Amino acid sequence: MDQYIAWFLLLAPLAASVTILLRLYSPNGAIFASVGSASLCFLIALGIAWGGIVAPTPWMWISLPGSNESPGLEIEIGMIFDALSKGMLLIVTGVGLLVHIFSIGYMAQDPGRARFFGGLSIFMFSMTGIVVSTNLIEMFFFWEGVGLSSYLLIGFWFTKESAAAAANKAFVCNRLADFGFMIGILTYWILMGTVSVKPIDLSNSYHQNAVSLPRVVSILTPEEIAAHTGTAISVRHIGGVNLTSPLLLTIMVLGLFGGCVGKSAMFPFHVWLPDAMEGPTPVSALIHAATMVAAGVYMLCRVYPLLLLSTFGLEFIACIGCFTAIFAALIAVQQNDIKRILAYSTLSQLGYMVMAVGCGGPDAAMFHLTTHAFFKALLFLAAGSVIHALHEEQDIWKMGGLDKKIPLTYWTFLLGMLALIGCPPFSGFFSKDYILADAHAFHPAFYWVGVATAFLTAFYMTRLVVVAFLGSARSKAAEHPHESPLVMTIPLIILAVLSVGSGLWGFWSSDSGMKNFYHNWAINLFSDTDPIPNNGHFITVPEINTGIELGIPFAAVFFGALLSYYLYLDRTTDPLHIRLLARKFYVDELYQRRLVRGQQLLAGLLNWIDAWILDGLILRGGAYISVGFGEVFRLFQTGSLQTYAFIFTLGGVLLIYFTLFAH
Amino acid sequence: MEITLNHYLAVAATLFVIGLMGVMMRRNLIIIYMSLEMMLQAANLTLVAFSRFNGHLDGQVFVFFVITVAAAEVAVGLALIVALFRLRQTTQVDNLTTLKF
Amino acid sequence: MYALFFWFFSTAMIVCGLAVILNRNPVASAICFAFTIFYMSALFVMLQAYFLAAIQILVTAGAVLVLFLFIIMLLDLATVEKIPRQRIQMICSLALALGFIYLVARTLNESPGGFTAVKTLSAPTQAVDFPSKDAEQIAADKHDDTHEIGKLLFTTYVAPFEVTSLLILVATIGVIVMCKQEPKRLSTREEITREAPPIVPEKETTFTR
Repeated sequence: MDQYIAWFLLLAPLAASVTILLRLYSPNGAIFASVGSASLCFLIALGIAWGGIVAPTPWMWISLPGSNESPGLEIEIGMIFDALSKGMLLIVTGVGLLVHIFSIGYMAQDPGRARFFGGLSIFMFSMTGIVVSTNLIEMFFFWEGVGLSSYLLIGFWFTKESAAAAANKAFVCNRLADFGFMIGILTYWILMGTVSVKPIDLSNSYHQNAVSLPRVVSILTPEEIAAHTGTAISVRHIGGVNLTSPLLLTIMVLGLFGGCVGKSAMFPFHVWLPDAMEGPTPVSALIHAATMVAAGVYMLCRVYPLLLLSTFGLEFIACIGCFTAIFAALIAVQQNDIKRILAYSTLSQLGYMVMAVGCGGPDAAMFHLTTHAFFKALLFLAAGSVIHALHEEQDIWKMGGLDKKIPLTYWTFLLGMLALIGCPPFSGFFSKDYILADAHAFHPAFYWVGVATAFLTAFYMTRLVVVAFLGSARSKAAEHPHESPLVMTIPLIILAVLSVGSGLWGFWSSDSGMKNFYHNWAINLFSDTDPIPNNGHFITVPEINTGIELGIPFAAVFFGALLSYYLYLDRTTDPLHIRLLARKFYVDELYQRRLVRGQQLLAGLLNWIDAWILDGLILRGGAYISVGFGEVFRLFQTGSLQTYAFIFTLGGVLLIYFTLFAH
Repeated sequence: MEITLNHYLAVAATLFVIGLMGVMMRRNLIIIYMSLEMMLQAANLTLVAFSRFNGHLDGQVFVFFVITVAAAEVAVGLALIVALFRLRQTTQVDNLTTLKF
Repeated sequence: MYALFFWFFSTAMIVCGLAVILNRNPVASAICFAFTIFYMSALFVMLQAYFLAAIQILVTAGAVLVLFLFIIMLLDLATVEKIPRQRIQMICSLALALGFIYLVARTLNESPGGFTAVKTLSAPTQAVDFPSKDAEQIAADKHDDTHEIGKLLFTTYVAPFEVTSLLILVATIGVIVMCKQEPKRLSTREEITREAPPIVPEKETTFTR
C-alpha cells in the first residue's frame, strides 16, 4: 500500500486539471480542486522527504530488447527519490502551493480563473514529473508538458495580442531547444545503452578511455572520483567498437545542455522569458521564476557525472551561463516595467546557476536554485501585490511612496530584494558566494564576471526599490493604493521567512567550517533512507579562501546599492539613458530581421519551388510532355494514301535489310 | 550468255519497283490501282521462275490462285472506287484526306 | 537465242511498265499495261509455263484490264493531271525504290555462286523435271503442264480451289451490293407536297462538228 501513495503525487494534479478541463466545476469549485491537489502534492512530498514514502514500482511502457549492434530500449514510468529529487520536490510543491493560495486572491475577479487553475494543475503535474523522472524519455515527456502549460498560462489573456504572441514565442523557443535536447537524449542512449538516469556504475572501463577532466577535478584520479561521488558511470562497448569518442561525448553534453538552454532561457534563447511576463503574475512567480526555468538546471544536476566526460562541454556550459548572467544584468539596469526587471534578474540568476554547474559545483547550483526559488517567488508575488494595489500599473516611474501605504508588501519585497542581492545574513548571500567560490576555483575570469554581475544586480534592484517604493507618489494610482487581502499576504510572509532563513539553516546545522557546510547542506536536510546508493555527494571542491573571496562580492554589492540609492532617490525620470541596454541589446530586432525574415524568405522560396517547380515543371510539365508527344504523333496521321504506302514500304525494306544483312 | 534464275528475279524485281513507284507517285486512284496490279504480276513472275528452278509445279498452282484472287480483288476495289467517286466526285488522291488529323 | 528472246521480252516489259506509270492519260496507261502483260506471258512461255501464260492473257489482260477501262470510261477520267507533284514526294519514292533495288541486288549477289548461279534455266529443250517417273511412263502420259497443274489442283490443292471459288462468288455479290444505286424514294407526304418540277424549254440543239 505504501508504494501506491507516491503515484498520487502525479495523479492528483492530473485529475484536477482534467476535471477542470471537462468543466465539471463552477469557477470556485475549480479553485478548490486545484488548490486541494496542490496541498495533497505538498503533503506527499513531505512524506517522501521525511515520512518514508518509497518509490513505487515503475510501470514498463516500452521494452525493446537489444542486440549486438544496437542497445535495447526500456522506457518506464517510474519515480526516483534521492536527495536531489527530494529537495527539488519540496521546493516545487511548497512554492507551488503558496502560489496557488496567492492566486486565489489575485485571480478572484477574473472570469477565466477556472482555466487558470486548470493550467496551474497541469503545470504541477508536469513539473513534479520532471523532478521524479527515472529516465530521460519520461523527463522529456514532462518537459514538453511544462512547455505546454507555460504556453497556456502565458497566453491566458489570449485576446490580448501581445500575450498570444508571447506565448507563441515561448513555445517556439522551447521547442527549438528541445530539438537539441532530443539529440542529447539519443546520444546518451547510444553511449549508455539505456535512457535511465538512475545512478549507474563507474566501472573500471572508465579510465581506459582517457578523457581529460576539467580543471576542478583534475586533482582527483578516476578512482577518487568514484570513491567520492559514489556515482558510477559505465561506458558501453558495442561490438568491440569503443563508442566513447570525444566528439560523441561532447555532442551528448551539448545536446542535453540544449534542453537547459531552452527551458532555463540561456543566452541565444533567452528572448522568451521577458515576454512571458504577459501572463498573470502568479504564473510569472511559479513558472518563470521558481520552478520551470529551474528545471533545466535540475536536469543538468541530474546527469552531472556525465557532463564531466566532455571538457569542452563543461567549459561551454560555464561560459554560456556566465555570459547570460552579465548580459541580463546589464539589460535590467534600464528596464522600467517592474516585472521585466524581475524577469531579467531571473535570467541573470539562472546564468549563475548554470555557470555553477559548468564550474564543477552542482551542489552550489542546487543550493542557489533553492534560495532563488524562495526569494524570486517572493519578489514576484510581492510585485503582483503592488500591481494589484495600484490597479494594474506596472511602470515603476508611475509608482512611488508606497512604503508607508502598503507596508506589508514593502517589507516583504525588501527582504526578498536583500536576499537576491546577496546581502548577509540572508540566504542569497550564502548561495551566491558559494557559486563565486566555485567559479574562482575553476577560472578567475568567471569569478570577476560574477562579481561584476553582483554589482549590477545590487544596482538595479536598489533602483527598483527606491523608485517604486520610496520617495513620493508619481501618479494618481500611487497615491491611493490598497493593501492586499490576507490570502495574498500570508504566502508573502511565509516566503519571506524562507528567504531569510534557508541559508542560515544550513549554516547552523552543519559541522564547523564553511567547507563542510556547503556540501553537507543537502545531507542534513534529508534522511538517507533511500536504498539507491547515492547519498547526495557531489564533486569535491578544493579549499576556498574565505577571507578575500567573501569580502570582494560583499563590497561590490554594498557599493552597487549605495550608488543606486544616491542616484535614484527622489527622481521623477531616469537619469541614465543607455539606449543599448534599454533596447535589450537589440537581440529581438536581430532575431526579427535575421531569423524571422530568413524563415519567411525560406517559406517564400519553398512556396516558389512548390508553385513553379513542383507544380509547373513536374506536374504540368509532365502533362505537357504527354501532350507534346501526342502532338508529334498526331503528325503521323497525314490522311494521304501515298504517305502511308511510303512508310509501309520503308518499314518493309528496313525490316528485310536488318534481317538479312545487318547483325 | 547464260540466263540464270537470278536474271528472271532481277527482272521481276524491277517490275515490282516500277509498280511501287507508280503507287507512290501517281495521284489518280485508277493508275495507283493499276500499278498495284503490276506489283502483283511481278510476284507472279518470280513465282513461276522459282517453280521452274525447283522443278515442280507448286509454284505455278500458286500463280493460278494469285491470278484468280487478283481478279476478284480488282473487281471489288474498282467497285469501291466507283462508290467513292459517287460520294466525292473525285478520284484524285489529294482530295481524299478525311483521315487527316 | 534464248538469251536474245529473254532480253527482248524483259526490256519490252520494263519499258511498257514505265509507260504505265509515266503516262498522263489513264487510257494510255491501261493499254500499256496490257502490253506489259503480253510480254510477261512471253516470259512465262520461256519458262515453260504455257498454261499460265494463256491464263495470264485471258484473265489479266482480258478481264482485269477491260474492267479498268470500263471504270475509266464510266467515271470519265480522261482528264489530264495538271498539278505538278511535290518534289519531296518524288525524291523520297525514288530513294525508296533505289533502296529496294539495292536490297534485291545484294541478295542476288550473295546467293550461292553469285549473280550468275550454277543452275541455269536456259536450255529450251530441257524437259520439265517431274519427280520419279521413268522414260516410258513419261512418254505414255500426256505430259504437258496443263494436265499436271490440273492434277495438282484437284488432288493436293483442292481445298484452296474450292475456297477460291467461294471467294469469287463473294466478290461478285459484294461488287453488286456496293455499286447498287437505289433511287431516292420520296415518302408519301413529300410526294404530295412537293413542288412541281420547273418547266425547262427545250434547248435548240445545234449540230456542230
